[in-house]
Amino acid sequence: MAVLELANISKHFGAIQAVSDVSLSLHAGEVVGLMGDNGAGKSTLVKMIAGNFRPSHGTIRLDGADLVLHRPVEARQHGIEIVYQDLALCDNLTAAANVFLGRELRRGVGPLRVLDHKSMYRRAGEIFKELKSETRARDLVKQMSGGQRQAVAIARTMLSRAKIVLMDEPTAAISVRQVAEVLNLIRHLRDSGIAVVLISHRMPDVFDVADRVIVMRRGRKVADKPIAATSPEEVTGLITGAIEQV
Amino acid sequence: MAITLDRAIEHKQRGWVASILGSQTFWVLVAVILACIFLSVTTDSFATPKNLYNITRNFTFVAIIALGMTLVIITGGIDLSVGSVLCLCSMVLAVVMNAGYSIEVGIAASIGTALVIGAFNGAMIAYLGFPPFVITLGMLSIARSLAMVASNNTVVFQFGPDHDTLLAIGGGAWFFGIANPVLYMIVLALLTGFVLRWTRFGRYVFAIGGNEHAATLTGVPVRRIKLAVYMISALAAGIAGIIQTGWLGAVTTNIGAGMELQVIAAAVIGGANLAGGVGTASGALIGAALIEVIRNSLGLLGINAFWQGTFIGGAIVFAVLFDRIRNFRQSE
Repeated sequence: MAVLELANISKHFGAIQAVSDVSLSLHAGEVVGLMGDNGAGKSTLVKMIAGNFRPSHGTIRLDGADLVLHRPVEARQHGIEIVYQDLALCDNLTAAANVFLGRELRRGVGPLRVLDHKSMYRRAGEIFKELKSETRARDLVKQMSGGQRQAVAIARTMLSRAKIVLMDEPTAAISVRQVAEVLNLIRHLRDSGIAVVLISHRMPDVFDVADRVIVMRRGRKVADKPIAATSPEEVTGLITGAIEQV
Repeated sequence: MAITLDRAIEHKQRGWVASILGSQTFWVLVAVILACIFLSVTTDSFATPKNLYNITRNFTFVAIIALGMTLVIITGGIDLSVGSVLCLCSMVLAVVMNAGYSIEVGIAASIGTALVIGAFNGAMIAYLGFPPFVITLGMLSIARSLAMVASNNTVVFQFGPDHDTLLAIGGGAWFFGIANPVLYMIVLALLTGFVLRWTRFGRYVFAIGGNEHAATLTGVPVRRIKLAVYMISALAAGIAGIIQTGWLGAVTTNIGAGMELQVIAAAVIGGANLAGGVGTASGALIGAALIEVIRNSLGLLGINAFWQGTFIGGAIVFAVLFDRIRNFRQSE
């Protein structure tokens, strides 16, 4: 059964039609590459799933139940996690502090609750170990490499039992070796049964890690097929409009 | 596996020593201690109980306000209104008590004034998006003017039925001969340090200064936290105002004039970064102490008081220069 189903979703801002009539479904343990040129509507689509925008038309169903989101925090409560393109990390804090930002562990009772640094370091350390990342929980984020920073952002999504992880251009600004690191992290999420949406401009990354590719052009979904049944040439054609639709 | 563990532990220990040696606050503390030793050896008048009593008491007012300012600076903001808020709160206290009300009423009115002003600053900055510099610059002018209105620009030195209590609160030494203001400062510093290190509020203050956008996206209540830090800053100024009133025994409309610059200097010398995200409670105290020791020593060494600004300004530049050099080394 699909974890997330979008049915006939449209979004317009005034007269501008950003997304029109898009339907798609995500399954557990699947990586879906979402591709398209700038302005094709992919980030608008993702922002609707993430609770930043509400769709003008259409419905979103999570585990079969209608989902209406007003704020990004609500998406997180429903098990939808987002890794932002700029990673949304605080450089002046430790890796653990960033992982737990906004949902710090505390101990004590009532108003006398204090931060539970020890548990947060331990739990963050466990997550990094699980991700097979060299990131250390006590290091400051400003001292980290691009790959380690990605690991911190991804570790956030593993705090709660996320069902869906949306990743916005996770490999856009990092070195080749770090890209491999990040793709491994994505595979790890998939293997633990999470549905991953990978928004990317980088064809090799999508073909390396994704199970399925969805192509958007001018607000419409123009392709949705398994990676095995397509080729980089075809996807390029779909993105640019050389191929109308498949 | 054993290697990784060893490496991790080694890293942690190195990190502990390195973080102390790499902290601006530590080196400023060393500077304060060296200056004190130097002055004790070279002058007869420095290490006398009376002079030490004076020094410790004098820097407390700046230090208490610097604690609140440090929170504001950590969020990446600034509060230029603290000197005027101190003046207004002192004046509200003085006028209310002078009119025959008890000290409890006076203090409540004074604290209430501070919170209202802080809430105004904070609301304009957090909810309406005004630059902190502009709003608090406006408040710098407004608060002092209100103090003049409240007192008709007179000096108040009669504090009604609780006159003596007020003077004892600010001027006494109830505990082992340590001036009361110093005790308040220590308690407030411990409280600030605790909040920054152990509470979610403190964590959010740092997060906002580090990356406000990220804090918003991860569900940190950025606006409420910002509102709170400006209220705390004004509250710190109000508390300092109440204590200073008790110590001086009189309030004029020019107390606290220019104090905002000393307070910001203390916070910055103590390691707070005006770009946000960095600062400590102990740094605020140590920075304030360094400024006072410089002032005191110039007097004792017989150096013309006109040089004071040069030395304090030099201390600000040196403290931040140290931080720059460290950053250059890191980026290489």
